[in-house]
Amino acid sequence: MNKNIIMIDGNEATASVAHRLNEVIAIYPITPSSAMGEFSDEWSAKGKKNIWGTVPLVVEMQSEGGAAGTVHGALQTGALTTTFTASQGLLLMIPNMYKIAGELTSTVFHVAARAIAAHALSIYGDHQDVMAVRQTGWAMLSSGSVQEAQDFAAIAQAATLKSRVPFLHFFDGFRTSHEVSKITPLSDEELRLMLDDDLIRAHRARGLSPERPVLRGTAQNPDVYFQMREAANPYYAAVPAIVQEMMDKFAKITGRHYNLFDYSGDPNAERVIIVMGSGGEVVEETVNYLAKKGEKVGVLQVRLYRPFSVEHFIKVLPKSVKSIAVLDRTKEPGATGEPLYMDVVSALVEGRRSNINVIGGRYGLSSKEFTPAMAKAVFDELAKPEPKNHFTVGINDDVSNTSLTVDSSFSIESEGMVSCVFFGLGSDGTVGANKNSIKIIGEETKNFAQGYFYYDSKKSGTVTMSHLRFGPKAIRAPYLIEANQANFVACHQYSFLERVDMLKYAKEGGIFLLNSLYGPEEIWDNLPKEVQSDIINKKLKFYVINGYDVAEKTGMGGRMNTIMQTAFFAISGILPREAAIAEIKHAIEKTYGKRGEAVVKKNFEAVDATVANLHEVKVPAEITSKMTRRLPVPNEAPGFVKDVLGRIIDSDGDNIPVSAFPVDGTFPTGTTQWEKRNIALEIPVWDADICIQCGKCVMICPHAVIRHKVYDEKLLVGAPETFKHTASKFKEFPEGYAYTLQVAPEDCTGCTLCVEVCPVKNKSAAGRKAINMEAQPPLREAEAKNWDFFLNIPDLDRKLFNPATIKNSQLLRPLFEFSGACAGCGETPYVKLVSQLFGDRAVIANATGCSSIYGGNLPTTPWAQDANGRGPAWSNSLFEDNAEFGLGMRLTIDKQNEYARELLKSFEQSVGMELVEAILHADQSDEAGIEAQRRRVSELKQKLEKSSDSRAKDLISLAENLVKKSVWIIGGDGWAYDIGYGGLDHVLASGRNVNILVLDTEVYSNTGGQSSKSTPRAAVAKFAMSGKGMPKKDLGLIAMSYGYVYVAKVAMGANDQQTLKALLEAEAYDGPSLVIAYSPCIAHGYDMARSLDQAKLAVQSGHWPMFRYDPRLAIEGKNPLQIESKEPNIPFSQYAYNETRYKMLTQMNEERAEELMKEAQHDAKSRWALYQQMASMHYGEDKKE
Amino acid sequence: MTNLSTTYLGLKLSNPLVASASPISKNIDKSKKMADAGISAIVMYSLFEEQIIHESLELDHFLSRGSDSFAEALTYLPDGGMYGVSPEKYLNQVAGLKKALNIPVIGSLNGVSKGGWTNYAKRIQEAGADALELNLYYLSTDPNLTSTELEDAQVELVAEVRSAITIPLSVKLSPYVTSLPNFAKRIIEAGANGLVLFNRFYQPDFDLDELDIVHSLDLSTSAEVRLPLRWISILSSKIHTDYALTSGIHTAQDVLKAMMAGAKVAMTASTLLENGERAIPPLLADLETWMKEHEYESIEQMQGSMSQKNVKEPAAFERANYMKVLSSWRDLP
Repeated sequence: MNKNIIMIDGNEATASVAHRLNEVIAIYPITPSSAMGEFSDEWSAKGKKNIWGTVPLVVEMQSEGGAAGTVHGALQTGALTTTFTASQGLLLMIPNMYKIAGELTSTVFHVAARAIAAHALSIYGDHQDVMAVRQTGWAMLSSGSVQEAQDFAAIAQAATLKSRVPFLHFFDGFRTSHEVSKITPLSDEELRLMLDDDLIRAHRARGLSPERPVLRGTAQNPDVYFQMREAANPYYAAVPAIVQEMMDKFAKITGRHYNLFDYSGDPNAERVIIVMGSGGEVVEETVNYLAKKGEKVGVLQVRLYRPFSVEHFIKVLPKSVKSIAVLDRTKEPGATGEPLYMDVVSALVEGRRSNINVIGGRYGLSSKEFTPAMAKAVFDELAKPEPKNHFTVGINDDVSNTSLTVDSSFSIESEGMVSCVFFGLGSDGTVGANKNSIKIIGEETKNFAQGYFYYDSKKSGTVTMSHLRFGPKAIRAPYLIEANQANFVACHQYSFLERVDMLKYAKEGGIFLLNSLYGPEEIWDNLPKEVQSDIINKKLKFYVINGYDVAEKTGMGGRMNTIMQTAFFAISGILPREAAIAEIKHAIEKTYGKRGEAVVKKNFEAVDATVANLHEVKVPAEITSKMTRRLPVPNEAPGFVKDVLGRIIDSDGDNIPVSAFPVDGTFPTGTTQWEKRNIALEIPVWDADICIQCGKCVMICPHAVIRHKVYDEKLLVGAPETFKHTASKFKEFPEGYAYTLQVAPEDCTGCTLCVEVCPVKNKSAAGRKAINMEAQPPLREAEAKNWDFFLNIPDLDRKLFNPATIKNSQLLRPLFEFSGACAGCGETPYVKLVSQLFGDRAVIANATGCSSIYGGNLPTTPWAQDANGRGPAWSNSLFEDNAEFGLGMRLTIDKQNEYARELLKSFEQSVGMELVEAILHADQSDEAGIEAQRRRVSELKQKLEKSSDSRAKDLISLAENLVKKSVWIIGGDGWAYDIGYGGLDHVLASGRNVNILVLDTEVYSNTGGQSSKSTPRAAVAKFAMSGKGMPKKDLGLIAMSYGYVYVAKVAMGANDQQTLKALLEAEAYDGPSLVIAYSPCIAHGYDMARSLDQAKLAVQSGHWPMFRYDPRLAIEGKNPLQIESKEPNIPFSQYAYNETRYKMLTQMNEERAEELMKEAQHDAKSRWALYQQMASMHYGEDKKE
Repeated sequence: MTNLSTTYLGLKLSNPLVASASPISKNIDKSKKMADAGISAIVMYSLFEEQIIHESLELDHFLSRGSDSFAEALTYLPDGGMYGVSPEKYLNQVAGLKKALNIPVIGSLNGVSKGGWTNYAKRIQEAGADALELNLYYLSTDPNLTSTELEDAQVELVAEVRSAITIPLSVKLSPYVTSLPNFAKRIIEAGANGLVLFNRFYQPDFDLDELDIVHSLDLSTSAEVRLPLRWISILSSKIHTDYALTSGIHTAQDVLKAMMAGAKVAMTASTLLENGERAIPPLLADLETWMKEHEYESIEQMQGSMSQKNVKEPAAFERANYMKVLSSWRDLP
């Protein structure tokens, strides 16, 4: 093994250089760049030093805008400073980027380039973000592989110090940032050689200091601004030469040589593709392949994009070139072409090569695959007499007909390359095992190796795909393993057989490894027809292992990682078996050793037990199975669901043509009902005899899969045999009403919260409740029928009952159902409750975060409609602007309501005074009032329908706003406490009637648990690796200071009635309201089934005091603050040490943990004391006076 | 001059009052205060192999859970630290106590696996412990497991630990043994240098409102001294080894009884947990006063003076004792 070789991903490779070459690092999480900040925080927390021997100071900011400002300040005072970002984050940095460039300040920002949210958000990679800053005056250096990402990070740092021009170093998000690849690392010594200390001291000397006072950042007038804008030109002119100088210096130090523009291919090429980023590798490999076959083709890879050096560009372009295709990984609607294309066109003109035909095209948006076949399609296009300009490649654009035809059978996979595809469940550890495997192959054999990992969009029950390649030649294949290319396909979960077409990847004669409940003799008869067919037709060698059994016996639980990894090495023979096992064990020690000997031992046992349980299956010659794979969505689903969403579910989204999609990102709601995921091993089963019909299980269910209904018992006619019901115990519906509690068996995630919350205990067996978990498979079919029958029972009329009790509120149909949130999610019960109480008249602004992902990520979305077709209308704008976005919705409703009322008055004659008056003065404070108003508005519309008066038509279009609408602004603590706080504060101050629900998980959950200002003191989080030293920000207290904002702090697990009351009051309050909801999250590190108990402890310890602050009480002369929890009566630690986030600090640094715990205890007590004082203040007028 | 000194497991102690295994030893400052107040030796809290395993697996579970499942959040907690979920923390505490205290420090071990027992025993010795107390705790719930099988396994375990270490070894026993003298004899033959009577078990309780099992820690009372008192009296007459009496030691009288039964030391935790180090000086003063008043010269003089063989009615410790108690009841007018 070459010790000077490591397997690493692009983020770590880049951060490793950035951390060693800076003094100050300002960070903020954003996918896919978050890991660079996480590594920096972790390394600094561990005391890892930069190359000058001091530990860089890492600080998390409230937004990327904040990070950029901090970087600017640190640079202005002379520190070597950096940050990492992507996408919208980079856009938030633009104002500062202009300043930093305008002041000629040396710095490098490292960007994992990502798509921009337009018609939809996407976390995946392209160049839309970096292209949006190309005008800021920053040099832009593009790396196309993990090795380059590391190397260019160093080159950029050296070049910025010499040129004084700031550098944006970018690489493709996910494709490069997350690809694990074999690279040669840069040593500290090599980095030292790259940097000139005099230049660093010069940078420091330019920093602001009262010892040598200067003033920077003046305001200028028409007389001089322009001239000064031009004054820095020579610095830009010098950049290309400086970068080349640094590249040459780098080559001398490391032997790896780069150029501003790297050309490869036939020296007399006639057709050339110009490209930037990881796509360059694809084209280069294709060119090598085609050139060998005699085609006169070449590729020019752009490294330094800004400043764009025409001179260097023209120099490397062969004289023979006749036509060029420029590939842009971005989209600039309305432009004459995408940016790189435009640059190339101008460069050719300026470089007097305008005789070359140039076409431009788009590829790879949002990590859309870009393959050799696509590169070849571009070359083929260039060979045509009239090549298509402004083309797209990689999609089927049947609307504007921009797309090129791609021959998908074209492949250039090199000889000796082994490709392996693994299918796993998120929770089974498949990806982690494959990361270890590829490291072993890369570091312990002579093979080159590459690992790339793909996840679906759900947070629970996720299907993961690992793409591993290795072979004797360097791997330059930044694209997924394609159909019919995999030498090895592994299925780590038996249940995937019925829903995922895995063997389409298998090559003829390849290997299929299945984790099977059945042994080698029985498995054949338990395979779907399609799987049998592929095994026979592709002549696959077929192996089974009962990994479930091995896992059970060795204490691995649901983790298949070690077992399947061992099986992979045992079958594939990459290393001799003993050596492979030794390496796997070594990797286990490295990965898990710090977590304790028991973990290592358990994994070792799993390794040892695997081989004996691995069997080759004798493959019969005939297909015998009658089973077929399940349809992605049932046949009765609506057309769009079947034709579009169903194909996405079936992993066929890449092949859906442009014409199938909405043009503006608008989607139908209520589509999760069609995606039956069947991920629960056990589901709750109702015991009707002892149930007290309290509705608590219905309320707490995060996925709306357990529901209850009260209905006329006559409706039971035709009920399936196993459909359960009993007499209603609702006082509003006594005689003749039946009651059913029903579970959706195929949508349940098995979280068990419903069982935990059930207050009933069976008198004959105290461990059993009124609902109990039982195995799902035997119940699935019958319960699915029962569920369908249950859904067809009409919902009760909303005006017939008061929703203020838990059981009544849960009679309201959830209009948020079956989301992709984690099993046991602590946020969704609140979201669902809002949908039940107000969903039929709600407009929702949702901040980016977990709730926008489980609420709006394709293929199917959970926001739903009631039987009347009404339901929440939902949208996500950005992370930072959600409060403002919601306020805008409120303003529309208010304005249109006002205008409608104005118009209405002018129609008194035609529609009747009585109706007009009734509409204008309607009491809509309850469901009956709202329904009456809906009837009146409908009558009004009917009366106006025939009028030709334009104002009547306007009134018809505005009249819906005469019915009360409810505006909800929903988001997490990252938004409300940090990035969106300024806007949130302004919206609260506006006095407008908006309802803000903060789902407070106390970390940035969606990006993997980074610390926010809501994170409690003493808790460990990413970006707070050594435990958060400052207390949780008291958002409620700040909001209360306005006096006219309704504020509530709630914890459903501790007191569901208080939650219900607060939401009803908040909505009823005609002004701004803020509800801060305690939301358990897997980032807290405890069993989510215990989250109800944990919520109670959070309240009892004073960590989460519950209160309602109702400004209406102050008007009545009462104190508006009502504290609804008791004085802290357990130590803070009793709550905290149930959670890994607190406990792990005691394991890492006991002394600091003790110190912070003491302070956290003090925080809880002093907060309580303050609230007590506030709640006891006298608000009435003093009668004695 | 009254001589309070005693010898236990070959360790010369200034008096017979020893702090038994309790959380006090987790805190070096508190332990030092105990030593300064007069405690003659300290038995550390137990190193629970089971707890180490549990903490390790728990940490692994929560650090792994949800990882590599969702593109934006490949993990949910940072995982960069070295975690103290190995015995290192305990071993460091042994060393820390040894450094801070001028009294013997006795390690305490509660294992679950064969490898765990011997490995940890060795490491506790290496960390500097003056002696080791093995805490044999096994609650059998298996109807097919015989007492012989269980006892054989435990005796074998003691022998294995004995061969792994060179420092003195004591074994803390449970009172729930069918033939305690036989079992005790086998333990001593297997190489133990002393017996600690008895392990106190916390019994779970029921919460009738919640229909739940509840656990609470009840401190001992002086009444509890009687069970170990009886057994030390019986065993010390028959099996020659060092005895420690633990459970129910609250007063000087309790200590005196322990000594007279044949114990070399009396161990206490409850009173130290309840009253802190301030409980020690008056207890030792009472002990000395009592001895002076009753003209005892030394602790050694009284050790075993009321063991079964030395009392007037040896049968009083046997079934007859039971009869006597019953017959002592009388009808009140």
